[in-house]
Amino acid sequence: MTLEIVGISVLWLFLFGYIIVASIDFGAGFFSAYSEIANKKHVIHQVIQRYLSPVWEVTNVFLVFFFVGMVGFFPKTAYYYGTILLVPASISIILLAIRGSYYAFSTYGIKDNKAYMFLYGMTGVFIPASLSIVLTISEGGFVRMDGREPALLYKQLFVSPFTWSVVLLSLTSVLYISANFLTYYANAAGDDRARDLLRQYALVWSGPTILSALVIIYQLKHHNAEHYTKMMDVSWMFVVSFLFFVLSLYLLIKKRYFGWSFISLVLQYAFAFYAYGISHYPYLLYPYLTIYDSFTNRTMAVALVIAFIAGLFLLVPSLFLLLKLFLFDKKYVKGQV
Amino acid sequence: MFTYDPVLFSRILTELTLTFHIIYATIGVGVPLMIAIAQWVGIRKKDEHYILLARRWTRGFVITVAVGVVTGTAIGLQLSLLWPNFMNLAGQVISLPLFMETFAFFFEAIFLGIYLYTWDRFNDQKKHFLLLIPVAIGSSASALFITIVNAFMNTPQGFELKNGVITNIQPLVAMFTPAMPTKVAHVLTTAYMTSAFVLASIAAYHLFKGNRHPYHKKALHLTMKAALIFSLATIVVGDLSGKFLAKYQPEKLAAAEWHFETSTHAPLVLFGTLDDNKDVKNAIKIPYALSILAHNQPSAEVTGLNDIPKEEQPPLYIHYLFDLMVLIGIWLTVIAALYWAGMKKGLAFTMKKSFLLQLVWSGPLAMLAIEIGWYFTEVGRQPWILRGYMKTAEAATKSAHVDTLLVVFSLLYIVLGIASVVVLTKMFRNNPVERELEERAFNQGGVSS
Repeated sequence: MTLEIVGISVLWLFLFGYIIVASIDFGAGFFSAYSEIANKKHVIHQVIQRYLSPVWEVTNVFLVFFFVGMVGFFPKTAYYYGTILLVPASISIILLAIRGSYYAFSTYGIKDNKAYMFLYGMTGVFIPASLSIVLTISEGGFVRMDGREPALLYKQLFVSPFTWSVVLLSLTSVLYISANFLTYYANAAGDDRARDLLRQYALVWSGPTILSALVIIYQLKHHNAEHYTKMMDVSWMFVVSFLFFVLSLYLLIKKRYFGWSFISLVLQYAFAFYAYGISHYPYLLYPYLTIYDSFTNRTMAVALVIAFIAGLFLLVPSLFLLLKLFLFDKKYVKGQV
Repeated sequence: MFTYDPVLFSRILTELTLTFHIIYATIGVGVPLMIAIAQWVGIRKKDEHYILLARRWTRGFVITVAVGVVTGTAIGLQLSLLWPNFMNLAGQVISLPLFMETFAFFFEAIFLGIYLYTWDRFNDQKKHFLLLIPVAIGSSASALFITIVNAFMNTPQGFELKNGVITNIQPLVAMFTPAMPTKVAHVLTTAYMTSAFVLASIAAYHLFKGNRHPYHKKALHLTMKAALIFSLATIVVGDLSGKFLAKYQPEKLAAAEWHFETSTHAPLVLFGTLDDNKDVKNAIKIPYALSILAHNQPSAEVTGLNDIPKEEQPPLYIHYLFDLMVLIGIWLTVIAALYWAGMKKGLAFTMKKSFLLQLVWSGPLAMLAIEIGWYFTEVGRQPWILRGYMKTAEAATKSAHVDTLLVVFSLLYIVLGIASVVVLTKMFRNNPVERELEERAFNQGGVSS
């Protein structure tokens, strides 16, 4: 395995981690806001708050980690994506800023502000949409080169059905992942009413998720034939992913083993996400930028890998402690401490 | 008003984001240490007041952390969005400390979450205190690593650049640059100092308003003591920073001091004005002081600005920034020393309204000095973004819409700034110390009976 592959695999793993933890967070915000409007706040609010409070800051770090690592391992992405993404990424920053700070303001400062709840819920939907644009752009066809300068073709991007399919998938996934996880959490908390409501949400969003995923694969055939062919080479991974989807849904319907249902869901997304990533290889920005021509020098790459391994020795036990105290501690989950 | 110039707008936007971020970042670095000290004193003295102090500071701290995190994410992304050419080049040499900074941040975030939600889960407060150590270490380590990156921009080394191609990279050499020791020390001591003064301001404000509760007196005493120690450390480090500048960035020191002709026995120029011939007017000159600051010898030679090529000279207005920063630093050290003397000798003036008012202003003044100090150091390395290698103008994005984003981000920071102040005041005004002390006494009484 070359260092380039190590680098991109590490980053892909962190991006996946971000997608899962952020989806739970974004979806929870949305459900909180929705339950306020639908007058069901008393049912799920407590459970959601108990989960989110200790982890909201950590979620954000996954994203920072991803983009700092990206620029570290692949400095040319700073040049290409930095130039192209000025507007879309700035929108994401602003939404993340509103969301993060107002979460803290309302949790620790002013309680129960309705306008804020609405804002919080809406950003939970818009942030995944604005972030998923990056995936669309990476497929190529939305960037023009003016000499050495890349420029984003906003109009093409905006009218492309492919863009909107990706946005749709990110939205439905956020809601599905979040509802599935919170069902498990509510069940662990022994809060049956919250569990039943969240389970309903999860069931509602499972269908649109898998449908939009299929639509994307179909559209990619026309948008980027090369990528599509490569995806077919790893089609078995998509099949495995689908099987995990079925398993996860089955357990959810049967109201049993919610923990396993969530684990299957994570595996479902992991397989699809990695199949997508592997078939995207070796391009970071099709067809201008590959992982080879953008890779940093060897010395720095080795230094980064060493720093990364050393960092994991610090992080993994700390994360484990966090999970142990707030996710697997029965008393905390039930709201007794 | 302006014609569209992405370089200019990128500079303004970066300046704006950092100006806003630095307020919360400074608090983020210094306050965890103060919380840990208060908690420790509380455990040692078995004094509820100090424990409550730690708790109340922590509650306020969460709000500032949130804004610090989101603006930190903003500047992290803006580095690539606004300065793609710079990151493309420097990323190959300096990504290691950037990467390590996220680890430190990660570490801090995890333990802050744990600390906040385990207030009452440990019977032994000492165990709970242990959680503060990683928080304080993590926040100071972030400052360390990010300052290393900034130090690299001031004195880049650890690579060779030939015809636009970077070779012979040594990541550790790039981290341990000549600018690094003084910069890191200065950033850390001033952050601790500023946070101590900010917290002292709060206590002084209550005393100034006539509230003589022992809680506030203890708070003021603790914070002012810390503030004095960190101020003295800042003065030592500041002196070392001057010597660093003389050796490695003489153009910055010369511009700061309006020192045009290279000469020995150089005087230190305080304030004043410049006329068209670049003659200094109306200034206070302290003989030999600049030579002493630069080389520790009254007779030492200090490089003048005229020996620096014109297109590599920083703007001359940084003179005022330098003077203001130093003046505020000295003024704050003086009032901290006065307070300390007053407490030791039992002099009553420390509780006089006129003196308390000075203490109320100390926090905002210290924060102002932080901002001014950063303007000085950043504008002082213009026109370079990577001193000696890359000019700022070559590094900026050529993308459209930076001007629009400048407006949008300005609005965002205004809203966040106002909202954080409103939330913080409401939080503490609606829940005064007296009430919280009563509740705590009541709860603990309830448990034991």
